[in-house]
Amino acid sequence: MNRVDRGALEFDEPIDESMVEVSLLAAPAAVLSRDLGVAWRHRSDLMTALSFFAVVVLLFPLASGADKKLLQALAPGVLWVAALLAHVLAAQRTFADDARDGTLEQWIISPQPLAMLTAARIVAQWLTSSLPLVLIAPVLVLPFGLSFDATIVLCISLLIGTPAMVAIGITAAALTLRLRQGAALLALLVLPLEVPVLVFGAGAVDAVASGMPATAHLSLLAAFSLLTFPGAALASAAALRISHA
Amino acid sequence: MNSLAPSSRLRRRINVFRYAAPSAFYAPAGMIARWCALVAIPFALLGLYLGFIVAPTDATQGEVYRILFIHVPAAWLSMLIYLVMAVWAAMGFILNTRLSGMMATALAPTGAMFTLLALVTGSIWGKPTWGTWWVWDARLTSELILLFLYLGLMGLHNAIEDPRRADRAAGLLALVGSVNLPVIYFSVRWWNTLHQGSSIRMDQAPSMAMTMVAAMLALLVACWLYAIAVTLIRLRCIIIEREGNTEWARRITGAES
Repeated sequence: MNRVDRGALEFDEPIDESMVEVSLLAAPAAVLSRDLGVAWRHRSDLMTALSFFAVVVLLFPLASGADKKLLQALAPGVLWVAALLAHVLAAQRTFADDARDGTLEQWIISPQPLAMLTAARIVAQWLTSSLPLVLIAPVLVLPFGLSFDATIVLCISLLIGTPAMVAIGITAAALTLRLRQGAALLALLVLPLEVPVLVFGAGAVDAVASGMPATAHLSLLAAFSLLTFPGAALASAAALRISHA
Repeated sequence: MNSLAPSSRLRRRINVFRYAAPSAFYAPAGMIARWCALVAIPFALLGLYLGFIVAPTDATQGEVYRILFIHVPAAWLSMLIYLVMAVWAAMGFILNTRLSGMMATALAPTGAMFTLLALVTGSIWGKPTWGTWWVWDARLTSELILLFLYLGLMGLHNAIEDPRRADRAAGLLALVGSVNLPVIYFSVRWWNTLHQGSSIRMDQAPSMAMTMVAAMLALLVACWLYAIAVTLIRLRCIIIEREGNTEWARRITGAES
């Protein structure tokens, strides 16, 4: 082999199968661990997001009076809408830093399937911004006087439904990357698409509150999340390619 | 060899893909738009005449029901146009033709207009019939969500400077929306039935009189043709806007102005 071009030489070398297999998962794993590390270094951002969630939830009793019955009826909807808004806020920041420092370009030119990387980003985003919301939700429900069963179902529904919210939010974030009025547009794109999450999520809690089983709602919510996650990974990968074309 | 000849000749004569080029489709689009608009007018007049003068007063709803002659075609087209738009967006992705994206873009405002029309006429009808402007009925809610999908699509397209990129991004959103739309519809329907039971149903009306059906069909055809005409006129504007610098476009605009 007397080739001059090193690039071509490397290209012709037989590919080590095991290496390929490792790197297919290694890249998403690297994205995941990097995202978690970045989130940990910016811990204060998490506090801001949680405070936003708490303030939105706790403003509702102030605005609608302290009638116990009314608050109990409002609680699931309020929690879900607040979680939705918190997710819209989180989605706006998803790709902002990566677009600014060129990480996204590296993502796109890398030989890794882009959808795997966006899938890793969805998982990371869920771990760092949704899971904390789910964890403080039972505390925030206390002022609404929700029953114990309903609180449990609310937390489970949030746990199952938030992946879909993150996934849809990331798709919209990839579509509205670097646009004028991207933030307002993102909310407009995300909110109609998340109607099913809202309906099934809040519906599960309502069902328990009125003495019915919530399993049907929760199953549908889980199905929606499971379908949305891979779909959004592919869609947001396509959107990133469009915005970097 | 011999058997291949006729089919290849046929293909040469009607090569649909030739019209995928904006320059090739510009003139036919104008012709189709003109004919659709011309045919739409008699259908609209016929439909309005049948609906407002010939059709009898409804036994239960009185005169109010006549707004449904416009409401039903509008609601129908609002959903159909979204579907057509998604198909064009998909074609744009599959075939990577410029015209598909332009077509989807041209369809969106008409679809949004029909959605708004359906919502407004529905409200006007609902006030005297149901006693309220708005009910959180499954159909009303999904129609409202459809309006927001249209608005988001148009907003996204407007926000992106590069038209090709805007087409692709809006096309992707249209596809995502079309996948999600059935889920939204069923979730809303289920939500509604769980909450308030079957209070008011829009498909409750007894079988309509023949004249009513005829009026509605005539207006449906009129709306359909109007949508095609307006979309194609908008498409021509988009083509000229984007290809204004090319020689053929200069020739046309110079000749027309």
